[in-house]
Amino acid sequence: MAIFQLVVNGKKQQVDVAPDTPLLWVLRDHLQLPGTKYGCGIAQCGACTVHLDGTAVRACSLPVSNVGDKKVTTIEGLSKNGDHPLQQAWIEHDVPQCGYCQAGQIMNAAALLNKNSKPTDEEIAEAMNGNICRCGTYLRIKAAIKTAASKLG
Amino acid sequence: MTLIKTTYNRRSFFRTTALAGGGMMLGFSWLASCRPTPEQVKNMPKEWFNINAFLKIGDNGVVTIMSPNPEIGQNVKTAMPMIVAEELDVNWDDVVVEQAGLDTEKFTRQLAGGSQSIRQGWQSLRMAGATARAMLLAAAAQRLQVPVEELSTDAGVIKHEKSGQTLKYGEVASAAASVEVPEEVALKDPKDFKIIGTSRKNVDGPKIVRGEPLFGLDIYREGMLVAMIEHPPAFGMKLKSVDATEAKAMPGIKDVITIKSYPDGVERQWSDVNAFPELVAVVGNSTWEVMKAKKALKVEWEAAETLESSEDHEAELTRLLQQKPAKPARRDGNPEAAFRRAAQVIERTYSAPFLAHNPMEPMNFFAHVTPEKAELVGPVQTPEFLRKTVAAVLGMDEGQVSIMLTRMGGGFGRRLYGHFGVEAARISQQMQAPVKLVYTREDDMTQGTYRPAYKVMYRAALDGQGKLIGWHVRGAGVHGSPLFHNRFPAGAVDNYLVENHSLNSNISTGAWRAPRSNFIAFAEQSFLDEVAKAAGKDPIDFRLALFHRAIQNPVGKENDYDAKRYAGVLQLVRDKSGWGKEMPGVHRGVSAYFCHNSYVAQVVDVAMKDNQPTIQKVWCAVDCGIVVNPGSALNQIEGGIVDGIGHAMYSGLSFKAGKPDQSNFNTYRLIRHKEAPPEIETFFVDNGIDPTGLGEPSLPPIAAAVANAMAQATGERLYHQPFMVKTLTLEREIRSI
Repeated sequence: MAIFQLVVNGKKQQVDVAPDTPLLWVLRDHLQLPGTKYGCGIAQCGACTVHLDGTAVRACSLPVSNVGDKKVTTIEGLSKNGDHPLQQAWIEHDVPQCGYCQAGQIMNAAALLNKNSKPTDEEIAEAMNGNICRCGTYLRIKAAIKTAASKLG
Repeated sequence: MTLIKTTYNRRSFFRTTALAGGGMMLGFSWLASCRPTPEQVKNMPKEWFNINAFLKIGDNGVVTIMSPNPEIGQNVKTAMPMIVAEELDVNWDDVVVEQAGLDTEKFTRQLAGGSQSIRQGWQSLRMAGATARAMLLAAAAQRLQVPVEELSTDAGVIKHEKSGQTLKYGEVASAAASVEVPEEVALKDPKDFKIIGTSRKNVDGPKIVRGEPLFGLDIYREGMLVAMIEHPPAFGMKLKSVDATEAKAMPGIKDVITIKSYPDGVERQWSDVNAFPELVAVVGNSTWEVMKAKKALKVEWEAAETLESSEDHEAELTRLLQQKPAKPARRDGNPEAAFRRAAQVIERTYSAPFLAHNPMEPMNFFAHVTPEKAELVGPVQTPEFLRKTVAAVLGMDEGQVSIMLTRMGGGFGRRLYGHFGVEAARISQQMQAPVKLVYTREDDMTQGTYRPAYKVMYRAALDGQGKLIGWHVRGAGVHGSPLFHNRFPAGAVDNYLVENHSLNSNISTGAWRAPRSNFIAFAEQSFLDEVAKAAGKDPIDFRLALFHRAIQNPVGKENDYDAKRYAGVLQLVRDKSGWGKEMPGVHRGVSAYFCHNSYVAQVVDVAMKDNQPTIQKVWCAVDCGIVVNPGSALNQIEGGIVDGIGHAMYSGLSFKAGKPDQSNFNTYRLIRHKEAPPEIETFFVDNGIDPTGLGEPSLPPIAAAVANAMAQATGERLYHQPFMVKTLTLEREIRSI
């Protein structure tokens, strides 16, 4: 066990866990932030996507010891009032079916828009390809990202 | 408002109560009008028709509807209350929807499956809303001292036009609680619907996009332990011994135990499908600590039965297809004679592998078992059945077991089989502590209730004019044939023969989104395409001619589809897609199928891109009667299409010596963003018929529409799923035929 200082959603946090504990389980089990989901544990589905200094990472495969002083953002901290343009667009397009993967989809899309505020359809598909939606809401996800991008621009 | 009268033996289905804080509560039977099949009746709890849902109208006018049906993404939590609100005649904005737990006193029929929620709830939900409205009107008439006939309602307000007086629902809600439940009630004419038929957003949408804890895996209780299971690595194996010395000594680990989910003497229900009733459980403080200890377990397993491989299944299914079963499932006319005199006989074989459900949220359940009671919380599609089994396994009365439902991160049929709830209860009982059982993705994928592997052989006899004079299909599958002998083209062919074979196996199988249809629609509709081609006919014209025959002069009386509605969706998709128009570079395929009481026809446009056939667009026509929530209905249709394309193209589970070859998403391929069709356009038939299934029917036909379009594009027919084999290096190639 070891002590780790983290900055999660702008708040300083301290956890005492094994160094190989994935960030996902630190968030879910130790910091009571269950918005980040477990889907596969091997960085294949994207349900656990969070931001490290604004870049999308798969929290299931990132040991807490590798986070360092990078700022962690989860779905709970993406916006203050849950009104990030992507979150609004997700509601506008009524994207979710079961909803389980959507936090990861939104976090991945937010990182995409951080880098590329006007992605093409191909760029969206490419960037989002690591996020599985078992319900098949891919078309609505794409539409919602485009709506959010138009509002951000 | 035009009203239609409906008579019903109603009083037994309603119960009114005055709310302590003011207002009324109307209890009603969510599904009183359902007409179940004999098969369903067998599995149905006695209390099916009891009061199981509630509608509260507060004195502030806020309407709360408790939805007892489990939400797995089919959006019934929004659509079903919409139906109540429609007849109640309130503003949708004034409606609050709550998910109710399984309550032994109040809620009874709680099952998600078979795309039946809306179909079966339609009448009773409408009547519940209309009854509450009638009682509010009666209370208002008394208050205003006017005849009830002179009153009307609009958006939660009662109006007396003559005097200009108005009363809000909330103002008479308390008084309405003491009004006698009317024996008869009037329902709206569908043309006066204001909420039904309009798109209303998912009531849980804001919570989902903010990452609020809604799912079973999100459950957290002070003092709760985390548990994981280790099950045999192969079907046919069982536990021999476990050495947990190392695992137990690891940090955060409380204990390693073995559990028997279904002890001897406990009678299993249909929902208790489970191949591994004896398990090793690791219990500890946190998920990661338990995951690590699970890897440190030294478990010896032993073969207790045959260890089956996919090659065995393939050989056995092939062998079965060569055998004539003792008795056909259906035989019309003289098929043998028709094939003897045929000018042309076409014979093709189709197959598909096992599939895992793979909902994104792996199986999990919370349980807190004490000597007095068992409290369970989690995602399950069949809470009533789970409660019964848990009570039997723990040696309790059902009244001692409570089950609270969470939102489900997908189901697709997997959560009909609630063994994980039983396992959680057993672990909690042994540990004497509250426990959350969590499956890893690997646990989830390798101990499934899979879609079975199937293989079918079709034969068609054409006469000299290209007329279909004989139809013969022989189907085989693990734990049952995939065929529905009374579905199309039954009734449309004079000489018709359906034969079934079943292959026994120790691999557990179960319902998977649109059971059997999910495969057989592909085989049948692909075959029809080839038969139409052999007959020299356009594939849509060829099908329409068969429907015409079934409308004019059906063969037999047991045909369980409406040929007019079937033909209707085919004509609609033909017209909307501009079928038959020259489209350079575009290759098209068509398919149509009926299941879950709904009709779907699809056209797929494929273009060659980088020498690969690529889907450009899907056109879809749907007849599911009245569409309650069109926006959400479109989402279901699109999801089913993407799901169907994905599994037909990429997915499959194979076995070696009882062990699944795939255990996570690096080896089990699911469809991803890039592979989804860029465009899906859906058209609903507007016929005012009572609503039917929507969560499943768009999936079955799509695989054939894709295969038929691919055949146009490449000249090669696809007979075996998955169509594409994608290697780990992500190189794609067409599977050799």
